[in-house]
Amino acid sequence: MNVSKIRADFPILKRLVRGKPLVYLDNAATTQKPRQVIESLVDFYEKHNANVHRGVHSLSEEATNMVEASRAKTAKFIGAPKPETVIFTRNATESINLVAHAWGRKFLKAGDEVVLTEMEHHSNIVPWQLLAKDKNIVLKFVPVEPDGTFDIEKVKTVVGPKTKLFSFVAISNALGTVNPVEQMIKIGKAAGATVLVDACQWAPHRTMNVQSWGADFVAFSAHKMLGPTGIGVLWGKEELLDAMDPFLGGGDMISRVTLEGATWNELPYKFEAGTPNIADAVAFGPALDYLTAVGLDAIREHEDRLAAKAVKILEAEPSVFVLGPKDPARRSGVVSFNISGLHPHDVGTTFDLEGVAVRVGHHCCQPLMHKLQCGGTARASFYLYNDESDVEGLARALKRTVDFFKIRPKAGVH
Amino acid sequence: MEGDAELQDLYREVLLDYFRSTTRKGKLDPADVRAHGINPVCGDELEITARREGGKISALRYAGHGCVISQASAAMMGEALEGKSEARARELVKAFKTMMLENAPVASLPEELEPLSALEGVRKFPLRVKCATLAWNTIAQGLDASPAAKEA
Repeated sequence: MNVSKIRADFPILKRLVRGKPLVYLDNAATTQKPRQVIESLVDFYEKHNANVHRGVHSLSEEATNMVEASRAKTAKFIGAPKPETVIFTRNATESINLVAHAWGRKFLKAGDEVVLTEMEHHSNIVPWQLLAKDKNIVLKFVPVEPDGTFDIEKVKTVVGPKTKLFSFVAISNALGTVNPVEQMIKIGKAAGATVLVDACQWAPHRTMNVQSWGADFVAFSAHKMLGPTGIGVLWGKEELLDAMDPFLGGGDMISRVTLEGATWNELPYKFEAGTPNIADAVAFGPALDYLTAVGLDAIREHEDRLAAKAVKILEAEPSVFVLGPKDPARRSGVVSFNISGLHPHDVGTTFDLEGVAVRVGHHCCQPLMHKLQCGGTARASFYLYNDESDVEGLARALKRTVDFFKIRPKAGVH
Repeated sequence: MEGDAELQDLYREVLLDYFRSTTRKGKLDPADVRAHGINPVCGDELEITARREGGKISALRYAGHGCVISQASAAMMGEALEGKSEARARELVKAFKTMMLENAPVASLPEELEPLSALEGVRKFPLRVKCATLAWNTIAQGLDASPAAKEA
């Protein structure tokens, strides 16, 4: 893996932030885009722009074929049996909401249990809370251990015979915990539950095969894997998608409409009402090509190595506490930390003055932060274009922060 | 630390002093004014309690975890508003917010808000302006929600 060659493909990495070279370590929030993706957007609008699945003219046919080519690539990337089982949404949040509405409203009834975990992003909590209010379903949560992992025995206790849906995060966006996904899916399936996996932090970094996983639904976002914003994916088992009602109603999702009613289009269009996000769906194709060409295994090895170095630097500073699992095998390229006595937002601003972009705050995981008794953390997350200079940038920003606020272990600035 | 002018401009020594100060930290119980504020950017929560006496704000406390900017701003606000009439307190809230949100010159701040000029550097960090204004929005909301009884 030639990182300097990869870096040359990402135009934004050349810019300065507050007069310093950009050190982009906020990849768990969104990743930067290679010029192949940016050029694909320009190429689409300059040469092929038309609405899809409608016109019989050449441009419409080209645009349709380009969207469907991206869908086929997505299917191949995740090991989906058929492209039609890949639904394009706006983002993973919409994918989960789609399941809550189109599957949950039809198949859940009062008293049914939906099992989530304390590690979930708000996007995998709030849609179920809204549904629980409407349908009187019961929400249960698998607890998180102090080291930011699950005790698998507790998963087996919370998931039970009344569990109709088990929905959980594959890799924690806040802590980087890599969960035993296949084992957890098996527990859900053994209990007779439908299983949804939030793969937002998995899909960009690790190979996956939705069929060998054995889950029923998998959700993720294109923008966290070099693709454009505004494209998310919901993969679902065909028989489930067939049995569900539509999510949104409108054009494209119907087969026939009269003033009395309508019948639904076939998959995947049943779930893609209205003019879709055509250009961004098209530009997701080159993002997947890029990841495939570099290779997810090489990417993972690279970012694990950088994250391990970052952990070492952070832990060498006595006032720093690194959250999440200690075992590198259970951690992704996400490093979440706190500096004693200093609020994450002050860390974020100080790092920004050094050109270092990290995410600070609750990472849309307030229940998890509450459980771990911290209001938030600072989070550095790595990707394929990061290199040693980024780890050095993190070290520089850390030293500057600690020096400026004169932080001593425990005492802090309080 | 000497030499880090950029950080010193944002985190002025006076801010760090107010941040470390515990003079007005805590809750008043009983209290005549109680308000709860949340900074949506970070989820930080701030509870402000205050007492009225003789038509004036006689005491003000703030509780909750926060960054240097939000805590220092709350501490300075407590100092500035204690002893002021409610009408004057509202004027001061308005003056401070105008400085932070509309880039009004620091020199235009009323005398009582002089220490608040230390938050001037925060304006270069638009996302952090919400940290600086959290306490002020919270007290304004508290005063609105619990209007003073007409003095006999």
